[in-house]
Amino acid sequence: MTASLAGLVAVVPFLAAGVLALVPSWRTGAWINCAASALTFALACTLPWSVGTVGPFLLVDPLAAHIALLTAFVGMTTSWFSFGYVRAEIVARRLNRRRLRLYHAMYQCFVGGMLLALLSNNLGVTWVAMEAATIAAVLVVGLPRTAEAVEASWKYFIVCGVGIALALFGTVILYLAALPALGPGMAAMSWSGLLASAPRCDGPVLNLAFVFLLLGYGTKAALAPLHSWMPDAHAEGPTPISAVLAGSILNVALFVILRLRGVLAANAEAIDPGPPIMALGLLSLLLAAFSLWRRRDVKRFFAFSTIEQSGVAAFAFGLGGPAAMFAGLLHMTLHTLTKASIFQCVGRAAQLKRGQRFADISGLLATHRGLGLTLAAGIVAVAALPPFGLFSSEFLIVTATIRTAPLLAIPLGIGLVVGAWALIARLQSLCLGAPTPDLGPAPTALALAPIWLQLGLVLVLGLAMPAAVTDWLVSAAR
Amino acid sequence: MAPHLGFGVLDYDAAHMLGGAALVLSFALLYQRRVSAVINTYALQGWVLAAAAAWQGFVQGEANLYLTALVAVAAKGVVIPVALHRIVRRLEIHRSIETALGIFPSMILGVGLVALSILVVVPTTLASQALTREDLALALSVVLLGLLMMITRRNALTQVVGFMSLENGLILAAVGVAGMPLIVELSVAFLVMVAFIVFGVFFFRIRERFESLDIARLDRLGELPR
Repeated sequence: MTASLAGLVAVVPFLAAGVLALVPSWRTGAWINCAASALTFALACTLPWSVGTVGPFLLVDPLAAHIALLTAFVGMTTSWFSFGYVRAEIVARRLNRRRLRLYHAMYQCFVGGMLLALLSNNLGVTWVAMEAATIAAVLVVGLPRTAEAVEASWKYFIVCGVGIALALFGTVILYLAALPALGPGMAAMSWSGLLASAPRCDGPVLNLAFVFLLLGYGTKAALAPLHSWMPDAHAEGPTPISAVLAGSILNVALFVILRLRGVLAANAEAIDPGPPIMALGLLSLLLAAFSLWRRRDVKRFFAFSTIEQSGVAAFAFGLGGPAAMFAGLLHMTLHTLTKASIFQCVGRAAQLKRGQRFADISGLLATHRGLGLTLAAGIVAVAALPPFGLFSSEFLIVTATIRTAPLLAIPLGIGLVVGAWALIARLQSLCLGAPTPDLGPAPTALALAPIWLQLGLVLVLGLAMPAAVTDWLVSAAR
Repeated sequence: MAPHLGFGVLDYDAAHMLGGAALVLSFALLYQRRVSAVINTYALQGWVLAAAAAWQGFVQGEANLYLTALVAVAAKGVVIPVALHRIVRRLEIHRSIETALGIFPSMILGVGLVALSILVVVPTTLASQALTREDLALALSVVLLGLLMMITRRNALTQVVGFMSLENGLILAAVGVAGMPLIVELSVAFLVMVAFIVFGVFFFRIRERFESLDIARLDRLGELPR
């Protein structure tokens, strides 16, 4: 029973996408989008009870269940946000009704691709799902059809295409590595088979596969050498998908890397997967933290902040050990919620000011108290200042680093401080500077409600994490 | 499969030859200066890939691989080249290809990449069969040469051909590994992506040709909100 519910989590979005492709009215489409996202989230809420499901199609372990739940939650709140966003875009004539049909269908395809990648028990299906999500995102990023948007979607396509290609090559080699242990056939392509018989896999071949899969999925996780698609896509596409949901795909990619880490760690002949992941994470953190200072575009700025935080999570996962894994998972979860809130605020602010440069958006607190306060709270949260939860996760990561690799705490600390400093500096201009004139509609309290819900969660998890949540995260981090 | 594979065994020799031919065509892609020649070389590589897949299907006794070969011939050998030729005609981009790196340095780099992939693959896959190992080394070379082509060409269309040639390398790797399931599904999934890219070139060329033209203006009429 629960197993079939878990399967539905990944199927419902695709069914909804099929329906949405046929609905001509954007208003009906937006309602169906909200309803389907809510249904997906409701189904995802049953995932903790189907943990342990191992079938030919599905593999629900605590980690997959946790990230799927998070993805479905962000998918739901974003569909709510998307409703108002899309209405404002139509009024501003940046999107038309025909394109909105594609937009809503791709929204569900994107969410469905991520959920399928998380819950599938097959390396090939995980890869195809990631590819489907990529194509959906590319189509949406180019949707405004401006020169910049087309170029951003082209860049997204080429860079992520190479990443996806490397991941497929890695998948082929991973299958080759599993052949001695599992023999030819579907078993050697299944995550469950691979995880169970990792010690008997061919160690050197596993190393080779890991290199390609780390680079391939690392592209989708926006880790440093191949992160360049992300700022463009975040800045140019429609905010709900290209910025808010695109943040969730980083988690899916990190999840695949994390599973691979488990496979390699169980094999005595294979290299220790920790240092390469740590190196990529640290590189992304430092690169993004310093890049933050040079950004003029608000969405681009927060895209670099996402790269930074993805790097922090990857660093923690590379570090390993129960404390760092727990902290990394907590960090990834809270960052996803916080960054979704920020992008939802920024999306509305960009519509309000008809521009997304720092020069366009300024002094929000003076004119729009609700939006300004919410954005300020989000930036304070993502800068990892108390009382928000990211403070505790970063604190845990730094202490774990000092315990296991004290020297690495220096670059980690520098990156975190430089990044947070840039965020606070920008917070002042965005919220406290001289107000700029309003050119578009202001968001209502109803439109801000999903953002408060997300930030409220981040606050609660920072101040007083319920024991049940701690246990859940500990089991997922194992 | 025969237990002892090596030079002089037909199974091995033919597979080796087809893989090698795909690699040679990757080099040929690197030195072409005209767009139409690039497309024709790519089409030829598609046919060679199909032959390699069909041969592996015969050697391994896997019917699925014949299907992969059929897909490769139809898509990469016929449909995509024809579509690309049509795009070239429509957009009038017959001119020679701009390269970011000269032909000679890129050939030298290409040889280096082949050496690298042999050095990486052959020692790490000692436990696998000789055919699989060398096929994988050839496939990785094709992948890396495709990447090199994407880096050294400025023109969007030749970048796409580089990407598709890279994808040929992936399929070459997948068919060389014994009993790999889902090959047909994976190759079709990738083709969908390639089809989108070819479609994307069309858009991108439009942008390159009419720098100042905002395509959004073209269909704004009658798009007022309800």
